[in-house]
Amino acid sequence: MSVLVSEKSRIIVQGITGKEGKFHTYHCMAYESTNIVGGVTPGKGGTHFSEVPPGKKPVPVFNTVAEAVRLEGADVSVIFVPPAYAADAILESIDAGIRLIIAITEGIPVNDMVQVKRTLRESEKSRLIGPNCPGIISPGKCKIGIMPGFIHKPGRIGVVSRSGTLTYEAVWQLSGLGMGQSTCIGIGGDPVNGTNFIDALELFQNDSETDAIVMIGEIGGTAEEQAALYIKDKITKPVVSFIAGITAPADKRMGHAGAIVSGGSGTASSKIEALEAAGVRVTSSPAEIGSLMKVLIEHTRTVRRRSPLEKD
Amino acid sequence: MKIHEYQGKELFRTYNIPVPNGILATTPEEAKAAAIELGTPVVVVKAQIHAGGRGKGGGIKIAKSPEEAAQKAAELLGKPLVTPQTGPEGRIVHKVLVEQGLDIAKEYYLGIVLDRQASMPVVMASSEGGMDIEKLAHERPEAIIRFHIHGREIHPHQARRFAYGIGIPAESISKATHFLTQLFKLLVEKDATLAEINPLILTRQGDVLALDAKINFDDNALFKHPDIVAMRDIQEEDPFEVEASRYGLNYVKLEGTVGCMVNGAGLAMATMDIIKLSGGKPANFLDVGGGAKKDQIMNAFRILTSDSDVKAVLINIFGGILRCDVLARGVVDAASELHLTLPVVVRMEGTNVEQGKEILRNSGLTFTVADSMKDAAEKVVALAQ
Repeated sequence: MSVLVSEKSRIIVQGITGKEGKFHTYHCMAYESTNIVGGVTPGKGGTHFSEVPPGKKPVPVFNTVAEAVRLEGADVSVIFVPPAYAADAILESIDAGIRLIIAITEGIPVNDMVQVKRTLRESEKSRLIGPNCPGIISPGKCKIGIMPGFIHKPGRIGVVSRSGTLTYEAVWQLSGLGMGQSTCIGIGGDPVNGTNFIDALELFQNDSETDAIVMIGEIGGTAEEQAALYIKDKITKPVVSFIAGITAPADKRMGHAGAIVSGGSGTASSKIEALEAAGVRVTSSPAEIGSLMKVLIEHTRTVRRRSPLEKD
Repeated sequence: MKIHEYQGKELFRTYNIPVPNGILATTPEEAKAAAIELGTPVVVVKAQIHAGGRGKGGGIKIAKSPEEAAQKAAELLGKPLVTPQTGPEGRIVHKVLVEQGLDIAKEYYLGIVLDRQASMPVVMASSEGGMDIEKLAHERPEAIIRFHIHGREIHPHQARRFAYGIGIPAESISKATHFLTQLFKLLVEKDATLAEINPLILTRQGDVLALDAKINFDDNALFKHPDIVAMRDIQEEDPFEVEASRYGLNYVKLEGTVGCMVNGAGLAMATMDIIKLSGGKPANFLDVGGGAKKDQIMNAFRILTSDSDVKAVLINIFGGILRCDVLARGVVDAASELHLTLPVVVRMEGTNVEQGKEILRNSGLTFTVADSMKDAAEKVVALAQ
């Protein structure tokens, strides 16, 4: 079992006829059993999206998310709408009762996201992943996002990360060392986002098909410190972590809107310290995320073999 | 985006937020004329640079006559001002703000900032103005009142909580509540992520004014605010960074000698980190983005190598949407067009990596190809020495 998504997810793409939407819809559809059931572009309702991979059927385009839910039973939406309209697109999905909303869009004004968060808090149904994230993939089953599918392998490691390509790097290392992934979740690089580290950690902890967790953080904010407290209390599965930005100077935004050390808070060292205090194995080298996990898993196995009843 | 104090105060006036009378000057003569026009026995001459800590750096001067105002302006204008936030080279002062002297009864602190954890703005205020608020928050957190604003406007009771909380005298309460209400309105309407008034002052006449005004705006929301964009002062920014932003590149200049070009912000930071771990120092952060085109790679390369501190270059690309063959072609073209003599280490992985490596091999140029991040970092650090 993977978390949040599977081959059963009925996915729509908001912004399916845009340049980004088109390109990634194609590649998501081409990946394993990803089930894209339609798209939404206001003004293009009634048409079909036909730039699909060989062997796949064109999917209907709707004017509203509500229609896509009613007619196609959509429960997941992925958003490729430009930044100025993206918050509205998220709100539309919340209103339509979409269970899982994945916002890929980079550059959404933070005040717009503050409004979205307010609405999300009141919603009992919807969960948001992102924005400014690569999406979510359940290797071998379903890819909803912009990550290159081929680097992933089905397996038992859960990956959660604030970054895009750095996640690919970690996944690549894991796959190369024979450790597949149950689910990889990109929570995004913005200061205000939906699903956070704690939410993802909880999902992996409760997932019977996830054995261990890779958590990739970066400078800025205190999400990693909060996650460390949660891990200490609630997570019994092994966690390996890397925090990017130990060399980043203060008051300089490192690309992501959320990656900035300001007022002495959000430094890599405070995050690393907090995680280590919670028993997380933190590597200082981004090239050793996979190998550290391998060591940890093998150690856990040895311990298990020796005393099968002992809790790790 | 940051703006100058004088611009912040102009913006405050449009929101009926009280500020001292002030006139901008770019020459000592203008400063003198400004002091005469203001007509107060004392004026304050304030250097206008984006960095904070101006008071400590000697950038704020008192003048007791128009002649003295001219003299103080002359001491500041055209010269570098070094503050705790500028670095040792300081920032050249191009403008000064000449302000009326005020009869200050008390100084306070007021800040509104986005609290990421709570995903909403938080108001922070203290009766101890003019202080380093971070230091105060660390040493005596009880001296600061804090509360969150849940909606798009501030409620009257919240404004009162602020005013009474910092001990504003009864006769000035309505002035203080008005101040906060309007400041919050500005913050929301102009998509500011931070507004800091340090100090906020109470005059002996009972008025509440902003003696300083620091505002940061959300870069992602600037498309809504051409009036704010018009306030951008490129002189205050690093020329390399300005150039890079023109091509949609994220570039931050650093102190080291290893130039880096990476796709994705997280991987770019991680690349800087592994350079340091391998004994080198990164010269920059440069994220070419997920879908970089050939000309972007070309410009990235040009900007990167025009920094004379750079002794070797590391290209680290994890090809997803950005295919390795496209990257390789861009790098080869840029290197030959720019007649590059610096050593370049390339590490590529992901989509079309074999074609990419092939292009590099057949280019006739001498790239060092690396197999992993670690290998790449070690090779480039050795070459930079």
